[in-house]
Amino acid sequence: MSPPETLVDKLDSPWLGVVLGVAAVLGMLTVNVLFLVWLERKVSAWIQRRMGPTEVGPFGLFQTLADMLKLLSKQLITPRHVDKPLYHLAPLVVFVPVVAAASLFPFSAGLVLQDLDIGLVLVFAFGGLAFVGIFMAGWGSNNKYALLGAMRSVAQNISYEIPLILASLSVVLMSGTMNLAKITALQSERGYWFIVLQPVAAVIYFIAALAETNRAPFDIPEAESELVAGFHTEYSGMRFALFFFAEYSNVFIVSMVATVLFLGGWSGPLLPGPVWFFLKVYALVGLTMWVRWTFPRLRFDQLMSFCWVVLTPLAILNLLITAFVARLV
Amino acid sequence: MDPNYAPYVSVLACSIFVLGLGAVILILNYMLGPRRPTREKGIPYESGDEPHSKPRQRFSVKFYMTAILFLVFDLEVVFIYPWASKYSDWLKDDAFAGIAFGGMMVFVAVLTLGLVYEWKRGAMEWE
Repeated sequence: MSPPETLVDKLDSPWLGVVLGVAAVLGMLTVNVLFLVWLERKVSAWIQRRMGPTEVGPFGLFQTLADMLKLLSKQLITPRHVDKPLYHLAPLVVFVPVVAAASLFPFSAGLVLQDLDIGLVLVFAFGGLAFVGIFMAGWGSNNKYALLGAMRSVAQNISYEIPLILASLSVVLMSGTMNLAKITALQSERGYWFIVLQPVAAVIYFIAALAETNRAPFDIPEAESELVAGFHTEYSGMRFALFFFAEYSNVFIVSMVATVLFLGGWSGPLLPGPVWFFLKVYALVGLTMWVRWTFPRLRFDQLMSFCWVVLTPLAILNLLITAFVARLV
Repeated sequence: MDPNYAPYVSVLACSIFVLGLGAVILILNYMLGPRRPTREKGIPYESGDEPHSKPRQRFSVKFYMTAILFLVFDLEVVFIYPWASKYSDWLKDDAFAGIAFGGMMVFVAVLTLGLVYEWKRGAMEWE
């Protein structure tokens, strides 16, 4: 069987294909992140009965673009006594895996930059790489709050990684593949979304994803009232912007994974694939924002025990029940 | 080169390209931004106070416990990945279906036992 045709195959030169494809993915991600930050501010404003950004462009739409340009012209402050290699590399180590992970998703039938059989594993692996960057930032910064923030962040992220992956694996169990495009195709083939058969896994995934992206009610790593800004306290200008970019991209990526695994990816009637894909992703992103601005922050001990005592056993149980039922049917 | 590696090389190329781009962004910022370091900008940020102790202090052993716990379960997940993706194929083979299911049951049971042990020993209580 020949491998499915990807964007790279369509162009004559594979390297040009990769570069153009990455540029496209990066552009897509940048536009979405700029829009997401604006959306987040508008949603929070709406929930708190404020106006949110209004000045730059219609409805303040270009506010984040202006913010980005402002950050680009800011001084890059390097505090004294930082661990230089770690401090300088950290923003890049957080930034790169996020974009690499985003390049693995099928936005529509055939519209995929890298169609890999282990797509799902790679997405999680790139996610794991970002934790290294977070800890580099926290340790390298020579700042108490940064170190504490990084500790909490990494402890939380690695803990919630387990239920996150276990929940996704129950979908893999049902589809028999880790190829993101094939999982999507399977759902449109069978005519139902996996959330129908895996509601528990979907809920576990969603909760764990909230924690993975450090969003309220799990935003302890950057609890402003306790830790200034968490691990990126000492970063200014574009270095900070790279962290911020990675953070919002992560929200987008976990929503994309959920869309592919549970909501049928690009499949849907009438509208073209990418429209469905982004509609579903934005529905999930909207849900995370709603949650963020509604619930208060958890305590750290509650957070950790909730993961290990409730979510992880539940995810394991769900996986085994899935295996058991699959055997019966 | 083995053609099977081609997609992974493409992922690597993609990562390197993005790394370069990120570096360019930072260099651009370095060239565009002002450079006026002062003593105050150089000290660790603690909401305006002078830092009164070293930042790298002892931290709770619980973080270490969490990391160990994570390693155990992450390895578990590494074993479940291939099992999960082959399981539906194995089920078609009547002779092997029982082993495919039972084997994983035993494997997970042992790990769950470990989790219960950790829990009873208080590894998940943070106070």
